[in-house]
Amino acid sequence: MLTRRIFLKSTGLALVSFGVAPKVLLRTAYAEGSRRRKTLVVVFQRGACDGLNVVVPHGEEAYRRLRPTIAIPAPGGGREAALDLDGFFGLHPALEPLLPLWKEGSLAAVQAVGSPDATRSHFDAQDFMESGTPGRKATEDGWLNRLVQSRPDSEATPFRAVAMTPTLPRILSGRAPAVAMANIRDFDLRGGGDGLAARGFEQMYETATQDLLHGTGQETFEAMQFLKKSDPGRYQPAAGVEYPRGRYGDSLKQVAQLLKADVGVEVAFTDVGGWDHHAAEGGVQGQLAARLREFGQALAAFRRDLGDRMQDVVLVTMTEFGRTVRENGNRGTDHGHASFALVLGGDVRGGRVHGRWPGLAPDKLYEGRDLAITTDFRDVLGEVLARHLGARDLSRVFPGYAVSSTRFPGVMRA
Amino acid sequence: MRKNAICPSRRAAALALSLVVAIPAAALASKKAPRPATEDDALIVIVHALNRLGYGPRPGDVERVRAIGLDEWIDEQLHPDRIPDPALAAHLASLRTIRLSTGDLLAHYEVPREAKKEIQARRAELGDGASEEQMREAQRELMQKYRDRMDGTPQEVVQELQSAKILRAVYSERQLDEVMADFWMNHFNVFAGKGPVKFMVGEYERDVVRPHAWGKFEDLLRATAESPAMLFYLDNWLSADPNAPSFNDRGARSAFGRRPFVPRPAGEPARKRGLNENYAREIMELHTLGVDGGYTQKDVTEVARCFTGWTMRNPRQSQPQFLFDERIHDRGDKVVLGHRIRSGGKNEGDEVIHLLATHPSTARFLSYKLARRFVADEPPKALVDRAAETFRKTAGDIRAVVKTIVASPEFASPAARAAKVKTPFEFVVSAARASGAEVDDARALAGRVAAMGMPLYLQQPPTGYKDTADAWVSTSGLLARLNLALDLAAGKVRGVSADPSRPVSAQTLGSPEFQRR
Repeated sequence: MLTRRIFLKSTGLALVSFGVAPKVLLRTAYAEGSRRRKTLVVVFQRGACDGLNVVVPHGEEAYRRLRPTIAIPAPGGGREAALDLDGFFGLHPALEPLLPLWKEGSLAAVQAVGSPDATRSHFDAQDFMESGTPGRKATEDGWLNRLVQSRPDSEATPFRAVAMTPTLPRILSGRAPAVAMANIRDFDLRGGGDGLAARGFEQMYETATQDLLHGTGQETFEAMQFLKKSDPGRYQPAAGVEYPRGRYGDSLKQVAQLLKADVGVEVAFTDVGGWDHHAAEGGVQGQLAARLREFGQALAAFRRDLGDRMQDVVLVTMTEFGRTVRENGNRGTDHGHASFALVLGGDVRGGRVHGRWPGLAPDKLYEGRDLAITTDFRDVLGEVLARHLGARDLSRVFPGYAVSSTRFPGVMRA
Repeated sequence: MRKNAICPSRRAAALALSLVVAIPAAALASKKAPRPATEDDALIVIVHALNRLGYGPRPGDVERVRAIGLDEWIDEQLHPDRIPDPALAAHLASLRTIRLSTGDLLAHYEVPREAKKEIQARRAELGDGASEEQMREAQRELMQKYRDRMDGTPQEVVQELQSAKILRAVYSERQLDEVMADFWMNHFNVFAGKGPVKFMVGEYERDVVRPHAWGKFEDLLRATAESPAMLFYLDNWLSADPNAPSFNDRGARSAFGRRPFVPRPAGEPARKRGLNENYAREIMELHTLGVDGGYTQKDVTEVARCFTGWTMRNPRQSQPQFLFDERIHDRGDKVVLGHRIRSGGKNEGDEVIHLLATHPSTARFLSYKLARRFVADEPPKALVDRAAETFRKTAGDIRAVVKTIVASPEFASPAARAAKVKTPFEFVVSAARASGAEVDDARALAGRVAAMGMPLYLQQPPTGYKDTADAWVSTSGLLARLNLALDLAAGKVRGVSADPSRPVSAQTLGSPEFQRR
């Protein structure tokens, strides 16, 4: 099934760059008795999602006081209130579709997560979270790419690392091959990938100078032919599963298709924007609620669509920072510090809010205004990488950071 | 014999065959070995200039530039007002909305308020049980009812903006002027998808950005600061001293007009507005100093206080207009970047703008960005230094800074040739130009640019689009480019008719060389 070139390229890469990998490391990535891979799906909420109105600390008096018009009321008020999770935290009511996942134990939340760098710039903060090196701008590749680099795999397919985005995101850029596509259907050449034109182009890019375009050209032609053979388009969502319309819902639907087609996805990425609510953020209803409705529906659909396959999948969400605890003058919130993460999957210790809650008392706030970070985002990711994917070499994925299981928030069943 | 010294006649033939639309790789291989200037070199230098100061050569452009003389042509491009551009108007004639004011667009292209209300009521009626399909159907029916009162839809306004941008880049003789307009629109990005901004962008580009694109940077910065598009996009129009009287008071209300944008739930008491830091942060991080330009969170808050009261009249009705409202201005003294700013109403914002526009970090940040656009993803430091020096000496004269860069040895150096990968916009426009095609309707081309991840006027974050190769080289992006190359060559792009007398092959447009500029 693998073309000779893919095989040579992958092994060549492994031998040249990383040395020969012990077989035991490779095996951990495969589920017991199956050709299926363990898969990680990363969803980036761009724009800095207001974690305090998503995983709502309704048990905290200061929360309501500091957000007089946008606080989500404590549970008990029916649909117009938070959905209680544990007596202290509640979910935004627009996330109701996630409640069954919470109850079945496949969905966990981590509160007060973030990147320790103090920046409140979207650009920098996203960059740091994608490079995996807060405060260091010179890092060339993304942590998801380094993860792939650190796990040489002679059987890797072109779809081992996939971004469902029109352009390759920072998080996946780097030396390891990765595919970016806005849509599976568009991933083909006019007249077919095996036609005359395709062969002409392929030749040109093969002989092109050794640069970015050359490498991308090779990856493109390999991936196109591989995708044609496996035809993921024939896997439609499971009965009764409806993804919300729009790019984000579509992208998760297509990740599910790729997984069902067994094209060898190990890491998948997508992003969803529209979280930068400086004005008219709203509470139970409003702009954030509308974004969350789509966000939650898509996650719930993804989980239901995958059914038993979810055993081999973990999906984790991230956002560049949280928002000010106090609402601003325009019924919105400004750039803050800590936010939240959701972790969804078969071996997730779900049904609970992980992480230490720092509280909202004035002396507990970061720089006197923002939710403090008690869990470094690399510890959430580190735990998922180690316990789900069996990744060993986390110092390569997060250079300069000593990932230690003692700091893991405990989102995965050990 | 040198490796690249293949038969001269073959090289010339290769150049001629590709219509001189890209610099052949064989020519690039000679970067290191200096050799006597040849006929080919002259052509390559011209293609380089056409690629960098514009959107690539059309058939005949190279010959034309050679006839005028390259230096003369560059000088002309630096003074666009001296270049006649008679053909462009005809290409833009069919676009009805691009000459209209924001007020006219709001009056004739915005969905009427009654329609919005009725749609909302209908949605509520259908309830949560209704499918997305039903909701959209209901909305479509209601829109039909109101459609004849409107001259067009909000979507058409955005489409025409996108079409105009493409047509100008394809057809204008003032190529460098188009590049600069694009550069500044991206630098001072606004997002047409945010509320009424789609009705403001046309005016913003036409009356705010373009008139200052070649002038003093400070004037451009001030013009954007006072523009309704920027005030709305980065929320400064809402920013107020938290201790100012409530904006729901009668007096304030008459000054601001009605505000459907921030609905007040029934029963909720009138409330005060407060400080919004969004613009204050971005003017420093993105518009002037750069993220490492030496400001702190405290500076952000202080700048936000200075800009309180910089707001506008009528954001959603009639003609939006800048307004300084002293009632919501924070009257205290401020300290910005170590400078004391005395309480002085609107002057405080003006002082901040002057302070930022003349700051050494700004000279450096803008010189770096311009050098990156014209020379290389990582521009030579010496060049950036010289450009920044020009910026300081000329008090931010944009033309002088651009001239320093494009007249530099670094710009002319063989190392700079084909060093940039085209963005999707640059690729699509240059492909249309190279093919000599007639573009009657640019919507399909705009759709291609969007599908490659660069929807025009629709970049949500204030960072604008990236100008470096790593952002635009991807597998799906490359496939989209190859498919456009195939479709253009086959005459299969709607609204674009190829020139049968000068066929350009898909292999040329899809080649690795053509992805570069």
